[in-house]
Amino acid sequence: MQLRFTEADEKFRGQVSDWLSDNLSGDFAVIRHRGGPGDEHVYVEERKAWEGRLAEGGWTCIGWPEAWGGKDATIEQQVIFNEEYARAGGPGRVGHIGETLTGPTLLAFGSELQKQRYLPGIRAGKELWCQGYSEPGAGSDLSAVRTRAVLDENTQTWRITGQKVWTSLAHESDFVFVLARTDLAEKGHKGLGFFLVPMNQPGVTIRPITQLTGTAEFNEVFFDDAVCGSDDIVGEPGQGWKIAMGLLGFERGVSTLGQQMLFQTELDEIIRIARENGAGKNPAIRQRIAEAHIGLRTLRYNSLRMLSGGDDGSLNREAMIYKLCWSSWHRNLGKLAMDVLGPEAEILEAAPYSLGRLQSLFLFTRADTIYGGTNQIQRNIIAERALGMPREPRGES
Amino acid sequence: MKFSFTDEQLMLKDSVEGFLTEHSDSSAVRAAMSSTSGIDERLWQKICTDMYWQAILVPEEFGGLGLGLLEVVIVLEQMGRFLTPVPLSAGVQSALALRTLVEKPLAQTMLADLAQGQLVAFAHTAARPHWDAQGVEVVATEAPNGWVLDGEARFIASGNSADALLVVAQIDNNLGLFRVAPSQSGVTLSKMPTMDQTRPMGMLGLSGAVVSVADCLSTDWEDHLESVLALSRVLVGAEQVGCAQASLDQSVAYVGERVQFGRTIASYQAIKHKAADMMLKVESARSLLYYAACVGDEALMETVTSHDLREAAAMLASSAGDAAFFCAGTGIQLHGGVGITEEYDIQLYFKRARSMEAYLGRPDEQRELLAAMLLDGDDCHAA
Repeated sequence: MQLRFTEADEKFRGQVSDWLSDNLSGDFAVIRHRGGPGDEHVYVEERKAWEGRLAEGGWTCIGWPEAWGGKDATIEQQVIFNEEYARAGGPGRVGHIGETLTGPTLLAFGSELQKQRYLPGIRAGKELWCQGYSEPGAGSDLSAVRTRAVLDENTQTWRITGQKVWTSLAHESDFVFVLARTDLAEKGHKGLGFFLVPMNQPGVTIRPITQLTGTAEFNEVFFDDAVCGSDDIVGEPGQGWKIAMGLLGFERGVSTLGQQMLFQTELDEIIRIARENGAGKNPAIRQRIAEAHIGLRTLRYNSLRMLSGGDDGSLNREAMIYKLCWSSWHRNLGKLAMDVLGPEAEILEAAPYSLGRLQSLFLFTRADTIYGGTNQIQRNIIAERALGMPREPRGES
Repeated sequence: MKFSFTDEQLMLKDSVEGFLTEHSDSSAVRAAMSSTSGIDERLWQKICTDMYWQAILVPEEFGGLGLGLLEVVIVLEQMGRFLTPVPLSAGVQSALALRTLVEKPLAQTMLADLAQGQLVAFAHTAARPHWDAQGVEVVATEAPNGWVLDGEARFIASGNSADALLVVAQIDNNLGLFRVAPSQSGVTLSKMPTMDQTRPMGMLGLSGAVVSVADCLSTDWEDHLESVLALSRVLVGAEQVGCAQASLDQSVAYVGERVQFGRTIASYQAIKHKAADMMLKVESARSLLYYAACVGDEALMETVTSHDLREAAAMLASSAGDAAFFCAGTGIQLHGGVGITEEYDIQLYFKRARSMEAYLGRPDEQRELLAAMLLDGDDCHAA
């Protein structure tokens, strides 16, 4: 076991941090530490410009092959990039769906034409993507997709009709990938297709969803005879589920250490307040702060095990517990923040509803244990896939 | 960065697992529990001659294998799974204490004895309730020919069967470390009757016991006790992770066979989610275990600070202590009625988890130690 990174990796770390400190300044200073989860709606224009700057520096899509403009970066290098990016206060990436989901999906399953059409725009930070998976009736049961796609033989276009939900940055995106049913006679995992659809067209309507934080970073997206080309389906009709599931496996945890860096700044802030306001003398609070510290370090070593494991990319046991681990930890941190703040926790930064950072943390972390697979679904996955317990019986869909 | 086992370490794990599956089943554990020593003597002899695990941490120049804490952890994690009643961790604890004095001829002799399978037990506290220097009750008084020891030590891992004892004693404003033979006059050594019978512990009474100058290992040992205890917590953590894993495995196996309302109870979400929570705790504690073992190995090479070691050990003790107790306790619940019978092993893990979480300081005490690092010092970061 080797906990330390190699000298070459540390040299790479130095390059990343030097570039970030040189570039995340001037006009971009304002977006430092902004635009993360729960804050994705802010400084969008500046963050779009930042994508361009990253691309010029060669820091978008570093895990992609060199042939498509990437650096063929190793897992370690990708981890280091994410860690340094978070340490430098790099803003939430408006290009992350394209870079981490669309790109790898096209590299694995896309046609040559699709790669040539879409990868350069993502690599350049110029074409932004959003995702169209969840539907009002398809949350945890993602395969209950009702959005449908029909091939119009005359115009050689796919016509898409239905509704997607929880789509972040829909207004800002140029494209959306959509899971839609191509064979209306099929149910569940079968008869689905994976489509690449332009957002800027009459058939697409976006409606923001105002959250409990008073802000709106998620949207509903309505497709009413929306159009994409006959060659904008990835793979064949009927392969959509396979492609969608493959996509979920691409991320491989390289951003987890960066995420933990953000968590650490939140915990540090809470500890600072506890030291200042006397909450840190309360034995019950002391126990919880120690637990939070242990929990965050546990996430780190869970991640390192996950990143060091299975070179075949298969999901190992550490990977299966990761979502349940971090979401529960983060939600508890939000409550700890409120309890450390004490009575002050209730007071807004400004009327009518401007929340402080820790108030946002408290409220938005209630979403952490829901999106991306609820804690209950995660427990089912652990029990069934890691422990081999019987699968849940399925009802009629 | 490669936070996974080497091929050699994987081979060690497999060989330990294979060996214990064959030699350390439930009936062997239960036979040892009801024996006088509480140890499976034949198995221990076999380990000392065939497997040589007692020598892992003993440097090669003293006849040991010269391997690291991580290798010990690999063995002890499996022993925790099987509740193997042998005094391995007791000997390792003494080896860790002796390694702090490795330049002393007596320490070298004792390390060589350990490698040969002699049982040297570490006697440092009466634990009322302090496990650290505050808990040391034996007092050493300087005498013409050496030292005179008086007082008591309890909770000595495998101490009742010791061939020799390493006794920590108070001296003026410091701690001393002495070799004591169980047979010498003024020494009474007995087994503590304990609720958990899988982990025998000794108690030592000293009344005017005379120790020669040659048997005095150190009169300036106070600074070492803390690091030896931190490293010992890593040993305990390894057994706790194994104990938690076995509790999970046995519970999953049981609920997979138990049928109620026409289906196995493993098919009910209420049961599955409990098992998932158990696995989350086991894997999380395991991650901190391997981390703490790496830090421990670096501490033995003096490439990390004692602060890092104490922090790693406290995090592990909190996490693994809670994991073992949660998994064994939840395991009893998942077993239903048979869980509280003597016949099923889950109750043995439950008792073992309880005794281990209290040994060297409860999880909440470890968290208070971390809280002090985070909240009371001058700097904001413990890491």
